[in-house]
Amino acid sequence: MTFLESIGRSTIEKVEYVGGLTIQFWRGLVSSWRINPFTGSRLRRRTALRQMAIIGVEALPVVCLISGATGLIMALQGGAELRKFGAMGVVVNLVGTSMTRELGPLMAAIVVIGRSGSSISAEVGTMAVTEEIDALRTMALDPVEFVLAPKYVAMMAMMPCLTVVAVFSGILAGGIFTYFTLDMTLGVYLRRTAEILLMRDIVSSMAKAVAFGTIIVHVGCFEGFNVTGGPEGVGRSTTNAVVKSIFLVVLADLLFTAFFYFFWR
Amino acid sequence: MNLLAMNTDTRKQGGAGAGAQTPPHLSGGEPIISVRGLVVDYGNRHVLRQVDLDVYPGETMVILGASGSGKSTLLRHIEGLARPSAGTIRIKGIDICSASRKEMERVRRAMGVSFQSAAMFNSMTVGDNVALPLREHTNLAEPTIRLMTRMKLQQVGLSGVEDLYPAELSGGMRKRASVARALAMDPEILLFDEPSAGLDPIIAAGIDELILQLKKTFKMTIVIVTHEMQSAYLIADRMCMLYRGEMLAVGGVEEIRSHAHPHIRRFVDRAADRAEQGGAHYLTGFES
Repeated sequence: MTFLESIGRSTIEKVEYVGGLTIQFWRGLVSSWRINPFTGSRLRRRTALRQMAIIGVEALPVVCLISGATGLIMALQGGAELRKFGAMGVVVNLVGTSMTRELGPLMAAIVVIGRSGSSISAEVGTMAVTEEIDALRTMALDPVEFVLAPKYVAMMAMMPCLTVVAVFSGILAGGIFTYFTLDMTLGVYLRRTAEILLMRDIVSSMAKAVAFGTIIVHVGCFEGFNVTGGPEGVGRSTTNAVVKSIFLVVLADLLFTAFFYFFWR
Repeated sequence: MNLLAMNTDTRKQGGAGAGAQTPPHLSGGEPIISVRGLVVDYGNRHVLRQVDLDVYPGETMVILGASGSGKSTLLRHIEGLARPSAGTIRIKGIDICSASRKEMERVRRAMGVSFQSAAMFNSMTVGDNVALPLREHTNLAEPTIRLMTRMKLQQVGLSGVEDLYPAELSGGMRKRASVARALAMDPEILLFDEPSAGLDPIIAAGIDELILQLKKTFKMTIVIVTHEMQSAYLIADRMCMLYRGEMLAVGGVEEIRSHAHPHIRRFVDRAADRAEQGGAHYLTGFES
């Protein structure tokens, strides 16, 4: 009985979590519209711009470095196997497609989770603990609109950009490998990569970037808004935000990859 | 409960000859805050049981109670930050438990809240904190907003702190700044949660003085949650006492001061509850 009870309770908790996230997502979408450049709030736009710098611009060096390293690793690992079959040229395909479809968005997301997901959750959690979120509500200001929306808009603008940068750095790092092992100039390498890539790859890359960004902001804010129990709770929520974001990002990645594999060949 | 009935009676009597000096609760008007049958349960824990409370326009009501008596919970519900398990809370005639978003916004604009921890936004300067409600809810020009911010800060005895961050202020200054922010929209109702918590007696007395000054100048309805009897005597028009989630008594300062209920007596006389704490029996073995 207790076993069944525990299964039931944890199921209810998971459903509640997903339900809460869904409601927050919808409210986030509606609130984000209020930041539009034509009729939106000037104050929120300014906050969103500041967030863009924090989430996007400041993450650039790390994203370049990590994606570059990943691209190089892919080329080295692929090269080691493909050399046996005398198919070293395929390294170009391997690096180009895997970086664009998979590793570019994923590496950008992981860096953003580490930098921004955790900080969003800690920031919002601290606001909840110090009654700042309550203060917003008593001032007739919606915390979702005030806190989440600018971050969401910033993330929606920056995540695709970071993904493009991640893909480029990965591909460029692959180019370094082919330059030294295949005597292929960078120009030729890039032309070949461009020939290999399909519209499908680029669309899937951007769709993933948007989905991953949504997950990171919403999980971070949701964990922050629901902090209980003081500073210890803030620490717990930050850990939860990072772990849950990584899990959901990988899950979403799987779903997108499966979708593009089956429905857009 | 009898006291509540008594209040209603005296109000009727007072209503007949209501003059300029008649206290707000005796003038026969509608209460601005009306709590009826409020029940709050957290799981199996009953935090508030059937609490009734009326606050009339222009009066200062002090909610007294020991730690864990449910007084802050009552205030959170009046602020509309939590939903009760049962009962109604009407503010300016609007039932905030079933109010639409628009109605709730109207109620909230009529209310200013000063939190126990001051709850200043740490990422903004003090000036921006006070200006926030004005920037969000009005179309005033920036110079006007800045002027009003300076005025509000002066009203609470702070000047020249607009460009500082809340972390750069002392506890008492932060509390004053949070009152300035609560005053920004010229609210009709001002709610204080433990205004003197964590402050030294001199600064706490300063906050009491500030509340008295606000009361005199703006004729606001003020609700204060506290366990500091000294400041309660000074500030209150009426007081109510919560004990383990129940409303023990509502009445004037003298009425509560001379109330016969043993818990109120202990609270007023600052005497330990031996039954509740086990009478500190753990120390008896060390007595010589």
